[in-house]
Amino acid sequence: MAFQILLNVFLAFMWMFIKVSFDVSSFIKGYFFGIIILFVLRRFFSSRFYLARVYAFIKLLLIFLKELLLSNLAVLKVILKPKLDMQPGIFAYNTVLTKDWQITLLSNLITLTPGTLVIDVSDDNQTLYIHAMDIDDVDEAVNSIKNTFEKAILEVSQ
Amino acid sequence: MNEIANYFIAFFILAGAFLSMAATLGVIRLPDVYTRNHAASKAATLGVMSILFGTFLYFYFLEGHFNSRLILGIAFVFMTSPVAGHLISRAAYHTGVEMTDRSVHDALKNAKHMTASKDTE
Repeated sequence: MAFQILLNVFLAFMWMFIKVSFDVSSFIKGYFFGIIILFVLRRFFSSRFYLARVYAFIKLLLIFLKELLLSNLAVLKVILKPKLDMQPGIFAYNTVLTKDWQITLLSNLITLTPGTLVIDVSDDNQTLYIHAMDIDDVDEAVNSIKNTFEKAILEVSQ
Repeated sequence: MNEIANYFIAFFILAGAFLSMAATLGVIRLPDVYTRNHAASKAATLGVMSILFGTFLYFYFLEGHFNSRLILGIAFVFMTSPVAGHLISRAAYHTGVEMTDRSVHDALKNAKHMTASKDTE
């Protein structure tokens, strides 16, 4: 992916040298034509066309923001309820992610999800221990949410 | 234009102040470290972020000044505060802070790496 971006910048500079106009607008124009060239030649690269990955990353960022909003509403509901009747607990969650940065990202996402907080990661990086604010109603919902998170993270790293 | 901007600015700053207050209330009301951490690490994050964003909008629309430091501040708070919440609760668990009596399930107690570290002590 980094190689494709570098190549794109190189093509943009090439365009500036061909046009003999060294300003931002001609750089952007050259970058745009470079994107088209890279898209046409995408089958010669070992990894995916890099804009697909950028798109997946932006999608992940939007999920992040949405979860932050929802989790705040959920926490507000618990705090402002006159009677404290939640049942906290710690449950284990097995993850399919392997790389360190993926697990960091996943635990950040989980921490910002409604009612969950990562407490510990096991030594073999396969199990996350998660503290849940309300263990019985969250358990199912959280698992489905995390399947979407894990899928989004895998999509970025493909 | 400025009239609409005023409403947005007021909304973001008031929402941020309200969320920060709710986080404080949560820290006072909730029973143990872990549940308090839920309130502190979530509501406070969004509260600070929306106050910073409201400030950014204020200076951009009313003074015509684009302050990129506020955007950087939002990004840094967004990235670091969940990690801080995680580290605090992890340190609490490893030093043996008890959960409330309400807690129904504790999968970490019998986890392999926890019992292993207990044996060597």
